[in-house]
Amino acid sequence: MQKNAASLASWGNYFHYAHKCHSPEWRYQALPAQASLLPYGMGRSYGDSCLNENGTLIHTSALQNLIAFNRETGLLRCEGGVSLASLIDLTLPHGWFLPVTPGTKFVTIGGAIANDVHGKNHHRDGSFGCHVRCFELLRSSGERLLCSATENPALFSATIGGLGLTGLISWAEIQLIPVNNAFLEDESFTCDHLDDMLELFRASRESHQYTVAWIDCLASGSSIGRGIFSRANHCRSKHLPQSANIRPKKSVPFFLPNGCLNRHTVKAFNAVYYRKLMARQKNSRIDYDRFFYPLDSLHHWNRIYGRRGFLQYQCVLVKDARDALFALLKKISHSGQASFLSVLKELGGTTSPGMLSFPRKGMTLALDFPNRGRETLALLSSLDEIVRESQGAIYPAKDARMSAEMFANSFPQLETFRPHIDPAFSSSFWRRVSNNKPEGQAT
Amino acid sequence: MSKKIFISGATSAIAHAFARRYAVQGAHFCLLGRNPEKLAIVKDDLLARGASSVETVVIDFSSRHDYTATVNQAWQQASGFDIALLAQGVLTDEKRSHTDLAYLQESFQVNALSVIQLATVLGEKFAEQGKGSLLLISSPAGDRGREKNYVYGSAKAAVSVFCDGLRNRLNKTGVQVVTVKPGFIRTPMTTGFDQSGPLWADADVVASDLENAIIKGKSSLYTPWFWRYIMLVIRHIPEFIFKKLSI
Repeated sequence: MQKNAASLASWGNYFHYAHKCHSPEWRYQALPAQASLLPYGMGRSYGDSCLNENGTLIHTSALQNLIAFNRETGLLRCEGGVSLASLIDLTLPHGWFLPVTPGTKFVTIGGAIANDVHGKNHHRDGSFGCHVRCFELLRSSGERLLCSATENPALFSATIGGLGLTGLISWAEIQLIPVNNAFLEDESFTCDHLDDMLELFRASRESHQYTVAWIDCLASGSSIGRGIFSRANHCRSKHLPQSANIRPKKSVPFFLPNGCLNRHTVKAFNAVYYRKLMARQKNSRIDYDRFFYPLDSLHHWNRIYGRRGFLQYQCVLVKDARDALFALLKKISHSGQASFLSVLKELGGTTSPGMLSFPRKGMTLALDFPNRGRETLALLSSLDEIVRESQGAIYPAKDARMSAEMFANSFPQLETFRPHIDPAFSSSFWRRVSNNKPEGQAT
Repeated sequence: MSKKIFISGATSAIAHAFARRYAVQGAHFCLLGRNPEKLAIVKDDLLARGASSVETVVIDFSSRHDYTATVNQAWQQASGFDIALLAQGVLTDEKRSHTDLAYLQESFQVNALSVIQLATVLGEKFAEQGKGSLLLISSPAGDRGREKNYVYGSAKAAVSVFCDGLRNRLNKTGVQVVTVKPGFIRTPMTTGFDQSGPLWADADVVASDLENAIIKGKSSLYTPWFWRYIMLVIRHIPEFIFKKLSI
């Protein structure tokens, strides 16, 4: 149990805050008495939702025990600090896989629930929270509450997507999905126009479990929205191995100088990446690690943005999604600020139990912007306008700058959520976006 | 064939990481530990990861104990073990041990005597069986007494020397005896230190080195490997200089 002040950054390297640390070694231990507290898993949130400036972070890295794993039913109960990576290693050899996975496996179970993460199969399977059976929530009062759809249902809903503000998830139980092997059958198509891409999403809804598209954000004029669409299903063959040949890991050993990523380098990268994706066979068999986690093979890839860090912008567009998307891409392309990683996914109608759950029916676009200060912030604020008009939302896990007003707009159930916050818990993100309480305005 | 493994101090980070590696292979375990709550958590974890069976024995290593009876019972129940790892230990509060002799004795009981006594009983059993691997967790701190941790270090020195002798004696029986000297490991025992430096390693690194040591039939190992060289230097500093140092 260590208690020391340490400066810590999140994945975007945008904020660097001083924190006190608390590392519980066993799940039966009590929370520290001091406030304010925030659970901290692997720090892959991009902005400040996993940070708590001058407060205490509860590191869950020692809480990695499994509690029960039923190999017949795929029901798994484990502590909140277990990473998706180690979970896959343990369950895939027995024919079970994560029901939903984000684009990195370096995420804890607690973090996956607190951000109600989604993947390329949202149109079919909903978000991570849809597959959580129950969990134990440790509150600062010392209470340990079993939360499920039937027990403490309000706290269950508040905690899914609740950004770690409702207490510490000491353990959780999730339902895994059966798979026959470690591979996926993947098909890729180049698209010259956004409408072709949207048509492919539509056409693949029934036939494919996973759909995703990469968009070239620097393309302009008639080629706006050009990119590569990819769709996949788990491979059915029973004669393939149940483990992947994980690639040797490479790492970015230090921060690259600021500004290494500019319009020209990004353009060159896009060209190379585009060809690389296209070089993949139209119908290819690909292991889960390459398919779901292409960036995980490059450790510390966030350092290529330099010490100034970067901002990720992820939004969901709901009303008139096609037009809104087009307007968004046009603005981004015009600014020339975007980086190469721009990912488009379709979100389906399956509603998550989470009150502050980000995924909702529509299209979600995610892209990185190197931090160029005011210029970048101004662009993102102008993108907010388009999102707001489309009755969409900004994803807190990726955010470092949205306004309190935009947050309230994004999450209509905010006021239902608020009373469930543990009084001793807080985060830098929460303090930034929660200042427009109705009661606050009244006084 | 899944392995049968005996572990004392089983809730320590190194022992737990070691056990996890064998659990996925379907090993059978007998775990000794002081805290029943922690033992239960480790037991569930190993079973969920694939262990075929897990027996637990609650035991306080800081007081005298009839280890012959404990080992005999476990041995009989499992009908022999392939591997035994003795991992119990407490980091000694050196300042307190300067004045509190009962505390000093208790520290020796856990860090040296309980390990040596268990190893003695297990050594005989393994020799009878004609095979097996007996791993004792010692420490680089036992290589040379230093101001900062010589009480802890001298207990571990006893373990190291005992281990050398036992290995020598059991050499003809086909039993492997391994002296393990882990460096700075991020474990509950060491929280409170600043663990960010390059010398710190995770318990799983040690666990993986232990597994390799068994496979390769090693006699002793520093883990991570670079501690061999750090200690080589420390051991060779002339005493007239060393006594003035504060390292």
